Formats: sequence, structure tokens, C-alpha cells
Amino acid sequence: MDTSLNTNLLGMDMKSPVITASGTFGFGEEFADFVDLSSLGAVTVKGTTLKPRAGNSGVRIAETPAGMLNCIGLENPGADAFLNDILPRIKKYNMNVIVNISGSTVEEYGILAEMLDVDGVNAVELNVSCPNVKEGGIVFGTDPKMAAAVVTEAKRKTKKPIILKLSPNVTDIKVMAKAAEDAGADAVSLINTLIGMAIDVNTFKPVLGNVTGGLSGPAVKPVALRMVYEARGAVKIPIIGMGGISSAEDAIEFFLAGADAVAIGTANFVNPKITTEICEGLKNYLKEKNFNSIKDIIGLARGEMNGRR
Amino acid sequence: MVLRKTLTDAEITEQRELIAGVFKMTLHAPEIARTAKPGNFLQVKAAKANTLLRRPLGIADAEGDNISLIYRKIGKGTAELAELQQGDIVSILGALGNSFDESFKNPLLVGGGMGLSPLLFYAQAHKNAAVLMGGRTSSEIFWEDIFKPFAKEIFIATEDGSKGEKGFNVALLPKLLKSGKYDGVIACGPDPMMKKAVDIAREYSVPVEVSLERRMGCGLGACLSCAIDTANGRKKVCKDGPVFKGEEVFF
Repeated sequence: MDTSLNTNLLGMDMKSPVITASGTFGFGEEFADFVDLSSLGAVTVKGTTLKPRAGNSGVRIAETPAGMLNCIGLENPGADAFLNDILPRIKKYNMNVIVNISGSTVEEYGILAEMLDVDGVNAVELNVSCPNVKEGGIVFGTDPKMAAAVVTEAKRKTKKPIILKLSPNVTDIKVMAKAAEDAGADAVSLINTLIGMAIDVNTFKPVLGNVTGGLSGPAVKPVALRMVYEARGAVKIPIIGMGGISSAEDAIEFFLAGADAVAIGTANFVNPKITTEICEGLKNYLKEKNFNSIKDIIGLARGEMNGRR
Repeated sequence: MVLRKTLTDAEITEQRELIAGVFKMTLHAPEIARTAKPGNFLQVKAAKANTLLRRPLGIADAEGDNISLIYRKIGKGTAELAELQQGDIVSILGALGNSFDESFKNPLLVGGGMGLSPLLFYAQAHKNAAVLMGGRTSSEIFWEDIFKPFAKEIFIATEDGSKGEKGFNVALLPKLLKSGKYDGVIACGPDPMMKKAVDIAREYSVPVEVSLERRMGCGLGACLSCAIDTANGRKKVCKDGPVFKGEEVFF
């Protein structure tokens, strides 16, 4: 049996370092016809808030060159429904579960982190970078002091590993990554979407109901890769790299830049089997290049900078 | 029973422009052809596509090992599909969504424009359905010939009066329902048409279903691009729909 992709991240034994990105894979069950969910590193479930949210009205998605914009606005059934209805239902898939949470105050992140300190949840990802909600969200993701406060509060309330999901909508990603590490985050994941917009030239109106939305897909990959490379130089904690990864080759670039794991987002919409295909591609690459383990290629593109910092 | 969804490459056995800008694409897709139900849709893209996302298209008919899609070229995605020819390969994800109620004895299908596409599959499967079709002008009633082999009766209205009654198709609905011949209405078309069809059907206490169209990302219920409010709470058009009871929908 090929164990070249086996890894351990944040106390999770993973059969592969390929995770799914929040908001692009539902609760995992939606893809059960296409993917053996237990073969993934983890499934990061849809962003969860304290109370249910209906999200934004109007058009929520628009295709753009090599990418897409979305302004879903964190529609989700709320933490209680997740814990009582959804979590028991998805246990049968035997997958690592990372729950992505969003709060409108620092305290809310703490409350959510505490609620999710239960069996069946393997880690908590703090979404401080949703560009599509008015309150909270992005504010916590662009101010290093606020990001640190959110991490500290969540860490105080749960024993689960805490991942801070970083926004690319900042001047210096290194500052944000360092703030997360210093505040005690167990890992950072990056990038969330880039803020963008589209205008309909026939109606003279913005295409999206929320006017602006988050850009994802292949178009953002070079930006994401650069930010992972920079963040790797700034912190020692594990990095989950994401942003436009659509193939094994894309994923390999992120490992070479220093990511410990990768997450697949928009590509799941295009090809629901893409995570499995990327795992296969990674195994073939390691064999071809004579590496025993995916861990052997992490950071190789950093040259003398290989390794952490 | 929820059918297993599949992701497959399918060869185009025929691609034909029915009228300017409207295409019929026939695909060799045995598994989906055998299992798909009227109302189901596919997420489609060219195997070698320049666009990123798939496009949701209702299944217009299933015969033997083949399925057909009838679609209008309205944007980059459908334009790319329209360029394809016999022998080209498309990637299809399906069959997706729920399906229409086929238990009616004498259903009346109410369709406008491309909304007639999933109704064709219904007429083909049910064999005892009547259809009330509408369009702006006579050329848009190319559907009449397509429905003829399957529909029990065909009623027509055009906005300019160039074919059938002058006006909207739903203007004929009260008279048809008053006859008491129909025990169910299935509507698909522009939202105002469906709203009107639901209002009239309810007035005559005839059960009514509608099939909604929304922009979609995944088609699997994951991205929430197509979520809507209904009388029964939040629903995803791709997974809980596209077929809804008329009284559920807020038009």
C-alpha cells in the first residue's frame, strides 16, 4: 500500500495532506457519491455562526476569467443545528472534520470554539476573512491585533487545535501570520478569497446582489502561492495552503513553497472528484521524483531558505 | 430513492440549431439515459472548456442510450457548448435534482420559452399529458413539432398573435382548468409565467408544480449559490429542487 501521502497535522492522522476548503464542499456528504471522504486529510465544513444565517439575497455567483466571484454571505444553519443534526449524520464517513467558524465579536468566536469542543470535531478554523458579511469578518482579518485577540479567545475556550484562516486583502501577509502564531494559533490557512466585482454592461448594474464578492479559482493561484511562500518565511506553525488549486501540479507548487497541507476549493465545483485525482497525481509525482513521502518536498522551492523561517 | 450521481464524459451524437440561437445536443450517456427522471438536470461543460464552471441544463429527452438537451445560447458557457459538434466530448454531472410528480392522470404542462425543455421529457415519459405553450412569436413555437409525437393535446399562444391565441399562454389556463379535464399542472418558464400559472391552478384547486432556474456553482448542494426562501424554509434549487410545489415558492 502506498503510504507516501500519509501525514499528521494538528493531531489528525491523515491519509493525505489534501483537505477541502470551507464553503466549497458542504458538509462532505454532498460529495460522498464521488469521493471516499476518509481518504481526504480532512473536510472543512461550511462556515458556521452562532445563529442561523440566510446569507445575501440576489445573484450570488458569477463566472469571471479563470475564476468566479461569490457573495453567499455565510448562509448556514447555525451552530446548534450543526451539532445536533449535521455532526451526528456525518460521523459515519470516518473523516477528520474541521469546523470553520465566524463571529461578529471576539467573544462569539470563544463561545463557538467552546461549543465545538466535542467528539467528532478535530479542529476549528477561524474565519476572520469573509469579505461578504458586514459585521465582524474581514475586520478581524485585516488588523493583526484583532486577529490575535480572536485567536487568544478561541484558544482559551477550547482544547481543539485552532487554525486562523488569513485574508489576502492585506498589505503584508507575514504580519498577519506572525500575529496568529504569537497569539498561539496552531496553524494558519491561506488564502481566503480576494475581493472583486463584475458589472453587467447591459443592465448597467453590478452582477452580484452584494455588489462585491470573493474571487476564487485558478485566477488567484499565483497570488495565493506567493502569500504561502511569504508566510512560510514568517512562521514555524503548519500552513494549509489554498487558492485556486485545480490539479496535482498546482498542489505540488504549494508544498514546494512550504505548505504542510493543501486545501481544494472552487475546483470541487468543476470536478467533484478532483480531490481524489489530486491525491493520485501527488503519489505519481513522488514516485517519479523518487521521494518516499510528501513531507520530503515541503519547502524545496525555498532553496537556502528550506525549512522554517 | 435517491439515485447515485455520476460524473462522465459523453460523446455528442448530434448537435443541431433548431432556430437561431437555440440548440439541441444529443449525448451518448447510457447510465443517465436509463435512470433520469423528468425534471432532472445535468451540469454540463465541454471536455476542453475555456470557461470554468459547468452550466445547468434540464434533460429534454431520454431515448435508449441517449439524452438530449435543448438550450439557448445566452452567455459564454452556452456559446462554448453551441460550438461543439458531433463526435466532440462533453463532461456531464448528473442526473441532478428532484423530479416532477408523474402520478397525475391528466396533467397539463404549461411552458414558455426554454422552460418547455424539461416538460418535453415529461410528455415523453407520461404519454397522456397536454401542453400549453407560449412564446413571443411563431418561430419560437418550433416546440409544437417536437411535442407532437408525445402530447395528447397542444394549445398555443404567442405574444404577437402570429400563432395560436394572441397574448400570454397563461391567459388560456382558466378556461382549460375550468373544463375539469386536468388533475395536475406542471409549469416551467419565466418566473412571471410560473407565478400566474400557480395562482390560477390554486384558484381552480388543481395541484401545481414548478421548475425553477437559478445560477448554480456545484449542482450538488454545497456552494449555496442557488439557495432560496420557500414556505417550507431555506431550500437549494439544485438539490431540494429544481421542482417545487407551487404553493411553496415565493415569486
